Amino acid sequence: MIKAREIKKSFLVSIWFMFLTFPIMVIRVNPIEKIVEWRWKNMLVVGIGSFLLSFVWRYMLKKKEAGEKRAETGESGKTFLIQRILEERRFYIPLVTGLTIIAVAFPFIFSMYQTSIMTTALMYIVLGLGLNIVVGLAGLLDLGYVAFYAVGAYSYALLNHHFGLGFWSVLPIGAVLGFIFGVLLGFPVLRLRGDYLAIVTLGFGEIIRLVLENWNEFSFGPSGIANIDRPGFFGIQFSLQAASIYLYFLMIGLVIFTIIVVNRLQNSRIGRAWIALREDETACQAMGIDKTRTKLRAFALGATWAGMVGVIFAAKTTFINPASFTFLESAMILSIVVLGGMGSILGVIIGALILILLPEYLRAFSDYRMLLFGAIMVIMMVFRPQGIIANIRRTYKFNE
Amino acid sequence: MNTILEVNDLSMDFGGLRALDHLDLNVVEGEIAAIIGPNGAGKTTFFNCITGICNPTEGEILISPPGKKRNKINGLKPNRITKKGMARTFQNIRLFSNMTVLENVMIGRHCRTSSGIVSAILRGRSTIKEEKDVVDFSYNILKKTGISHLVNEFAKNLPYGAQRRLEIARAMATEPFLLLLDEPAAGMNPQESRELDELITRIRDEDNISILMIEHDMKLVMSLSDRIFVMDYGRKIAQGTPSDIIKNPVVIKAYLGEDIDA
Ligand SMILES: Nc1ncnc2c1ncn2[C@@H]1O[C@H](COP(=O)(O)OP(=O)(O)OP(=O)(O)O)[C@@H](O)[C@H]1O
Ligand SMILES: [Mg+2]
Repeated sequence: MIKAREIKKSFLVSIWFMFLTFPIMVIRVNPIEKIVEWRWKNMLVVGIGSFLLSFVWRYMLKKKEAGEKRAETGESGKTFLIQRILEERRFYIPLVTGLTIIAVAFPFIFSMYQTSIMTTALMYIVLGLGLNIVVGLAGLLDLGYVAFYAVGAYSYALLNHHFGLGFWSVLPIGAVLGFIFGVLLGFPVLRLRGDYLAIVTLGFGEIIRLVLENWNEFSFGPSGIANIDRPGFFGIQFSLQAASIYLYFLMIGLVIFTIIVVNRLQNSRIGRAWIALREDETACQAMGIDKTRTKLRAFALGATWAGMVGVIFAAKTTFINPASFTFLESAMILSIVVLGGMGSILGVIIGALILILLPEYLRAFSDYRMLLFGAIMVIMMVFRPQGIIANIRRTYKFNE
Repeated sequence: MNTILEVNDLSMDFGGLRALDHLDLNVVEGEIAAIIGPNGAGKTTFFNCITGICNPTEGEILISPPGKKRNKINGLKPNRITKKGMARTFQNIRLFSNMTVLENVMIGRHCRTSSGIVSAILRGRSTIKEEKDVVDFSYNILKKTGISHLVNEFAKNLPYGAQRRLEIARAMATEPFLLLLDEPAAGMNPQESRELDELITRIRDEDNISILMIEHDMKLVMSLSDRIFVMDYGRKIAQGTPSDIIKNPVVIKAYLGEDIDA
C-alpha cells in the first residue's frame, strides 16, 4: 500500500517542518547561565510527528476527493444523518424536549459565571444568524457587521445616559436604528461585488469605530460609557444574580425568535431571491428579481439583528467603549457563519457554541488558544469548505 | 398579425468591436422565429441587448405585449423587461445550482408575486396561499416540460438535457408573451433534440407564447421555424421562411454552404 514515493514525500515534509520549527523548538537561550541549550529531542518529536501526520493528511484528502467524485456522478443516494434526524418526528421531538429542559435548567444548575458565558454564546448565535442572512443567504461578504452592533449598543448607552430610557423601550429603537444604518450604508456599497464589497464594508466598519473613538462630545471617546442600566421587568430592578438569569432567558427567547424568523424567511419569496442572487446575479436579474432592492433588504435585515443584540450587549456589560467593536469582532462573527455552514441555521448555532465556548473552557491552554483556533479554521477550509452542516433545501411532496 | 417585438437599427460596440451593426428585426404574435449565423455573429449579444443585460450603443427596441400599448424598453433593467413579458434562457446554462429544481422555477414566479419580508415572517393566510399557488404553478410547468420527476433534485445534479429544460421551465414561470431561447438544443443528442422540438411547439400552441430562438441545429430550425433570420458579422444578411433561406445564395455562401449538401 505505502509506496516509496509516499514515504519520500512525507520525509521531505518532516525535514521541512524540522527546519521551520528549528529556531523555536530546538534553540533556547538561557540568559541566567548565559548558555544556549540545544533541545534535539524536540526536533525528533517534530520530525516523527509531521512524518506521521502527513500520511493522515494525505489519506484524508484522498478520502474527501473520492467522496466528491461519488457526489458528482450522483451515486451518493444516502441522506445525511442530520437531515434524517430533523425530518423524522420520533427523533426530532425528544431532541427538542431534551434541549428545552437543558436550556431551562442551565442557569439554576451552573454558576453565574457559566450562565454569563452561555449568554454571550447565545448573543453570538443571534449575531451569527443575522450575518448569515447577509453572507450565507444573499452571498454578500460583509466585513463590517460589527458597525451595526455598535450602533445598537451606543443607542442604548446614550439614550439611557442622557434620557434615562429603559432597556425595553430602546430595544426596538436599536433595531430600527440598525435597519436605518443598514440602508444608509448599504445603498452606496451594494453596487460592488465580491471582494470589493468586502473591502468597502470593512472600511465602513472601521469608520464607525473611529468616529466613536474620536467624537468625544457625542460618544465619550475611548473612555466609553459606564453605569448603563441592566434590563428591568416592568420597573422592577433585579439583583446581580437574578439579572444575569433574566438576561439568559431573554437571550434564549431572542434566539428562538431569530430561528423562527430566519427559518420562515429562507423558504419564502424573499429568501429564495437572496439565494438565487448568491448563485448567479445575472440569471437572477433576468428572472425578474430587482438586484439592488433584494440586496438592500438582506443587508438591512442583518443590520437590524445586529442592532438588537447591540442593545442587549450594552445592557449585559453595563459598560461599553469602542474597543468592543473592532474588526476582530466582525471576523469572529464571520468565522461562526463560515465554520458552521453558510446558510444553515443549525450550523451557525453549532459554530457559535464551538467558537465562543471552546476558548472559554480552554483558558488553561490560553497560550495555544489562537493556534488551535487557526488550525481548526484551516482544517475546515481544506476538508469541509461547506461548513459543519451544509445547507439543506426544503423538499416538497406531490401526490400524483 | 401583431408585431410584438420590433427592433430598429440596433448597434452594439464592445470597445472597437462592432458586435451588432444596424440590425432590424421583428417578431409577430404566435410565431416561432429563429436566428442563425456562424459563431461570433452577434446572436447572443442581440439577446443581451433586448433583455437589458447590455446597453445598446444605438437603435431602439419596442415591445407590444398582447392587449397592451407599444412601449420602448431601451435602458430598462433586465428585471423590468422580464416583468414586461420577455424571458430568456442562457447559452451557457445559468441555473441556480444549489437550489432545487422546483425552487429554480419558483424564482421565475418572483416578479408575479408580491409578499415581502414582513409577510414572510408573519406568514399570514394570504402569504401561505400565495406560496402554495407558486408551488403548484411551478410544479405544473415542470410537468409540462417533462422534468417533474426531478422536483427535489439540486439543479447542479441534473443531466445536461434536463438542465436545458429547466432553463426553459424557469423562464416560462415568469409568464412571458415572448420566450427567447439561446441554443436550447446545444449539447443534446438527436433523441433529446427531437423531444425538444415537440416541447417548443407545445409551448407555442398550448401556452400561446411566441418564440424567438438562436439555434445551430439546422434540422431543428428548419422543422420548427416559421421565419428565420440569418446574421453574420453583426448584420442581418437574410430573412424569410425556411424554404427561402435554404435557397438564398447569400446565406449558402456565408453559412450553410456544405451543411445543405451533406
Ligand atoms: N461582453 C463582451 N465584451 C466584449 N466582447 C464581447 C462581449 N460579448 C460578446 N463579445 C464579442 O461580440 C462578438 C459576438 O459574440 P456573440 O456571443 O454575440 O456571438 P454568437 O453569435 O452568440 O456566437 P455563438 O454562436 O458562438 O454563440 C464576439 O466577437 C464576441 O467576442
Ligand atoms: Mg451565442
